[in-house]
Amino acid sequence: MSSDVTPTSKPVKSTGLHVGEAGPGVRKVDPILTADSVKRTFGGLTAVDVAHVEIPRGAITALIGPNGAGKTTFFNLLTGFDKPDEGSWEFDGRSLAHVPAYRVARMGLIRTFQLTKALGLLTVMDNMKLGAKGQGGENLFRSVLPFLWRKQEDEIEEKAVELLTRFKLDTKREDYAASLSGGQRKLLEMARALMSDPTLVMLDEPMAGVNPALTQSLLEHILDLKSQGMSVLFVEHDMHMVRHIADWVIVMAEGKIVAEGDPHTVMQDPAVIDAYLGAHHDTDIGIDTEHVEVLKELIDDEQ
Amino acid sequence: MIDWIAIFSNAAQELISPTTAAYALAALGLAIHFGYTGLLNFGQAGFMALGAYGFAISTLSFGFPVWASVLVGVGASVIFALILGIPTLRLRADYLAIVTIAAAEILRLVFTTNTFDSLTGSASGLQGYKGGFADLNPIPPGTYGFGPFTYNAYDWWIRIVGWTLVIVFALLTWLIIRSPWGRVIKGIREDEDAVRALGKNVYSYKMQSLILGGVYGTLAGMIFVLPRAVVPANYQTSLTFFIYAILLLGGAATILGPIVGSMIFWVLLSFFSGFMARAVEAGWFPFMTQVQAGQLRFILVGIAIMLIVVFRPQGIFGNKKELAFVK
Ligand SMILES: Nc1ncnc2c1ncn2[C@@H]1O[C@H](COP(=O)(O)OP(=O)(O)OP(=O)(O)O)[C@@H](O)[C@H]1O
Ligand SMILES: [Mg+2]
Repeated sequence: MSSDVTPTSKPVKSTGLHVGEAGPGVRKVDPILTADSVKRTFGGLTAVDVAHVEIPRGAITALIGPNGAGKTTFFNLLTGFDKPDEGSWEFDGRSLAHVPAYRVARMGLIRTFQLTKALGLLTVMDNMKLGAKGQGGENLFRSVLPFLWRKQEDEIEEKAVELLTRFKLDTKREDYAASLSGGQRKLLEMARALMSDPTLVMLDEPMAGVNPALTQSLLEHILDLKSQGMSVLFVEHDMHMVRHIADWVIVMAEGKIVAEGDPHTVMQDPAVIDAYLGAHHDTDIGIDTEHVEVLKELIDDEQ
Repeated sequence: MIDWIAIFSNAAQELISPTTAAYALAALGLAIHFGYTGLLNFGQAGFMALGAYGFAISTLSFGFPVWASVLVGVGASVIFALILGIPTLRLRADYLAIVTIAAAEILRLVFTTNTFDSLTGSASGLQGYKGGFADLNPIPPGTYGFGPFTYNAYDWWIRIVGWTLVIVFALLTWLIIRSPWGRVIKGIREDEDAVRALGKNVYSYKMQSLILGGVYGTLAGMIFVLPRAVVPANYQTSLTFFIYAILLLGGAATILGPIVGSMIFWVLLSFFSGFMARAVEAGWFPFMTQVQAGQLRFILVGIAIMLIVVFRPQGIFGNKKELAFVK
């Protein structure tokens, strides 16, 4: 699937993001998000146990790791959708501990979900408009006086049309979001996230279930975000895409950050191979075919 | 021989009766809760009871003027909504349903118990609170109207006030639902986490919706007691279910739905009960007593609700397109 993707041009990679030798928890020159000893357990299972991690500003960072590594849980913790047992984390120098999810979003940290959350019985346009922040008409008392928010509404609509055109959804604007295909919903969710002019966009598997043709345009959209000055953190299983667009890669396994580095060097880290095979792979009945695929891609990469 | 004229004219009267207006307004409140925000409020009868008792007790026990009595009822329902909402709106939707149904029953029992007899009149309820409202009536005494719609000045006054309130609140609802505020609550109905991720304070919006729809219910409760007495037995859970029936009949996420739904509901109910009572009297159904005939109409309501949900789940005014995407 991913081999069908033919990059039209090689994106410009950001380099010199870290200080000192690359490794788990390495310091960044200009971090936008930092997390310290963030831990989340579900009963006896430790889903996330991150000692220290920094996400570089103005770059595209990929968070990879096998299924169940804790990537989504980590996303939920960072964005206020879940509470850790302990730990502290900061966004743009402001602590995010105990900040509710909606406030995190208002600070400029917008996320999307692994299971797409398009608002089915709202039109595509209403979905987009909902993404804009600071709307006067969202106040119950002002909502009854349309002349107070009409102008802002028009501006929001204009911006939404612009974004929808960019994401090739402009012909669908009056349709219910429920009528979109899975891939189109991914696009809509991403476009909607951009309505608020975020500074950090966190995408949980933006490419999952999207066909190769659309994947190419999604990749370009993500690269676009960087060129507009946003920082991106995304979870992805497809190594070709990670290699193609990521400036920095963070590898998670069993809740911990096990490796960090630029996409080329990180693949050579034995910890990554271990992560994908599992520490006890010799006791497994057999190796998961998905993992073999991933490993092949890693090795392909280095040839 | 059956008196068809009487059956039809009684049924026609329900079109503009104050009771129909009260149910329409209460259903409009539920449309905000359930149809637009997705809140399962099963305690609308409780909000209506607070309106009725808040108004009657303020007038009778404290001698408040009409406007102050109305404010007391509205204030009580805002507090009631806060008590219901604060612990439950952070939880899954079903918790609100359980808490509201229980809280409405608790209210009814408090109003029924003898402990507060001096205030509430316990099981026999309250009357004699209409003086202040009747004094505001600008219509000179007399009888007005035509055909089945012939009423005295007071009866016209309660109809005018009742339906004016329905129209004003329908317009208000229309305004807020098409505004950005309405967009947020519809988003919450679809997926509250998605809305939260876009920076909206979902908890606060759900609370606003609960309070607003509850206040509609409270005002409906006041209209409801203008043509009758305040009797606690009127505020059973079945009242909430009748209002849900009206809402589903008209269309849950619509504004005209609750109003027209209430009209259809009451006209049909009156027609059925008028017809059954007279048919039994005329000996058409020898196997049935008058009492059984009276009960039959509620069985018919139940059947009607089932038929609507099965064959026209979007209601009369609901958008058919929405149904293509049943979640
Ligand atoms: N609400 C929950 N209750 C119990 N266990 C959970 C919960 N959420 C996640 N987990 C567990 O935490 C671990 C990490 O899950 P998470 O969803 O973060 O993985 P992931 O890295 O996103 O995986 P994938 O790549 O498959 O999406 C898993 O073992 C999962 O079973
Ligand atoms: Mg995940």
